[in-house]
Amino acid sequence: MFTNPTFMFIQVMNSFALGMNLFIIAAGLTLIFGVLRVVNFAHGAFYMVGAYVLMTMTNLIGDTNTGFFLGVLAAALTMGIIAFFIERFLLSHLYDKEHLLQLLFTFALVLIFKDLVKMIWGPLQHSISYPPAFKGAVDLKISYYPAYMLFLSVVGPVLAIGLWLALEKTRWGRLIRAARLDREMLSALGTDVKLVFSAVFVFGSMLAAMGGALAAPRIAVDPGMDGLIIIDCFIIVIIGGLGSLWGSFVGALILASLTVFGTLIFNEWEIVLVYIMMLTVLLIRPWGLFGHPDEERH
Amino acid sequence: MTNRFQIYVLLVAFALLLILPFIGSRYSVELATQILIFGLLATSLNILVGYLGAASFGHAAFFAIGGYACAYFLTTLGWPLVVSMIGAVLLTALASLVIGFFCVRLNEIYFSMLTLAFSMLVWAVALKWKPVTGGDDGFVGVAVPEYLSNYFTFFLFTLGVVTISMIVLMIIGNSTMGRVFIAIRENQTRASFLGVNVRRMRLIAFVIAGTFAGIAGTLLALYVRGMYPETAFWSQSGHILIMVLLGGMHAFIGPFLGASALTLLEVTIGQYTEYWQVFVGVILVIVVLAAPEGIFGLVRSVTKRLGGQKDDDA
Repeated sequence: MFTNPTFMFIQVMNSFALGMNLFIIAAGLTLIFGVLRVVNFAHGAFYMVGAYVLMTMTNLIGDTNTGFFLGVLAAALTMGIIAFFIERFLLSHLYDKEHLLQLLFTFALVLIFKDLVKMIWGPLQHSISYPPAFKGAVDLKISYYPAYMLFLSVVGPVLAIGLWLALEKTRWGRLIRAARLDREMLSALGTDVKLVFSAVFVFGSMLAAMGGALAAPRIAVDPGMDGLIIIDCFIIVIIGGLGSLWGSFVGALILASLTVFGTLIFNEWEIVLVYIMMLTVLLIRPWGLFGHPDEERH
Repeated sequence: MTNRFQIYVLLVAFALLLILPFIGSRYSVELATQILIFGLLATSLNILVGYLGAASFGHAAFFAIGGYACAYFLTTLGWPLVVSMIGAVLLTALASLVIGFFCVRLNEIYFSMLTLAFSMLVWAVALKWKPVTGGDDGFVGVAVPEYLSNYFTFFLFTLGVVTISMIVLMIIGNSTMGRVFIAIRENQTRASFLGVNVRRMRLIAFVIAGTFAGIAGTLLALYVRGMYPETAFWSQSGHILIMVLLGGMHAFIGPFLGASALTLLEVTIGQYTEYWQVFVGVILVIVVLAAPEGIFGLVRSVTKRLGGQKDDDA
């Protein structure tokens, strides 16, 4: 099995595509944590909302490219608007409270969104078709490979570089990095920190919804889909370092490879392996592979 | 965190519960059994959350370990009830010692994440270790002894176990050790300057909390006559935290109150709609934002305003 180059090639490609899909979601979580210092349990629920909004759009417009990509856009926008209201009217009152209250607040959102999704879209499982442009397989010489997975493999790195450039080169990026380091100082220098927080939460949540919409054709869409993705995201951001963008990129790749190859080697016990890895990182380097101890630890 | 008022409340509750099986319906007795189990579970978590100030997001792990171990000893190995329960509780204590050894090294959000990761590990093992746990389908058909197989005796048995456990927890909470836990919650650095071995005290609290969660777990296994992997899932840990917060984490009886309130709420709303979670979520948002001291905090502020008794809480 492992000596077959074609087989191995496909596994590596799968790990990368899966990793990139996970990265899109986890990037939002790590961004939010980095600035707001809030671990958002509802991030998985936002991911689920994204998948369902996409489903509604493809049902309305049809299984066309327009339908699909408008769906992804609508997913991100819908979640962005919801996130704006959540942050402005509820979450913003909790920033100076103990983190237990913040955790439980986001957990409350999980319960609310779960039932709302069931009310709106029903309890049944749905499958969503690939956009026509990325249906079928592409000949990569070594082997044929699903076009949609290739698409994800391109979107992930493009998004990563885009986010990185935005954080490094733009005014907003500078403000976000400053808010991450010292929010009081930034506020004292005359920046509206509240606005920065709001923007980060909205943007991070949009990434979750976009990740959900992009994952939708790959997976089964049902009201239980938020349960494990949030743990995957936690694993990723902890491996990479809470708050670190490239950390979550690498973390996503590690988790995806471990999932793909772990399943091959350890069969269904792979899931245990994943948690053991998360524990190991937390115990040896709680600030993750790309975080900094003094900055991340309280 | 305990005062005379709370002890009176507990005594009245105990007296009411003692007569309940003689006057109440089977349904109400079974509901009370469930409340007792979750009340003990929430109170055990509060040793960490309320006393020590450490937000564990993995408490369900010990609830599940206790339950699975009891089910396995009783059913698969055929041990007698008492031996099975004690064995299961000892095993849970050992598990919390090992897990706690690692967890108490971290603080704040990292503590929460580490406890979460451990509980997901327990969940994964429960899901995959089919020969012992029954895997996905759960451990079905726990061999409950004849004398506990009717709801009446099982309720009295649960009441006995939970009452003794609550008394022990209350004694621990009021002891010097309990006060040291609170000192750590208030200021870890200052506590260590006073000569407290913070890490060791945190570990002791962790083991106490885990052990009593294990006791609640054994009762659950007997009550449901089965164990399911979801018992260790992260959302279950979240539910226990809701109980603690809802009742009030800075009072000994708060979590028990919260467990009762949440269970009754779920059952009541569940009669009208299947969407009870959204109600619980909204209530939780309100509590978090407006009443972080929970039901007990509200009661206390009302009695204070009415010129009630002096507040002698820690």
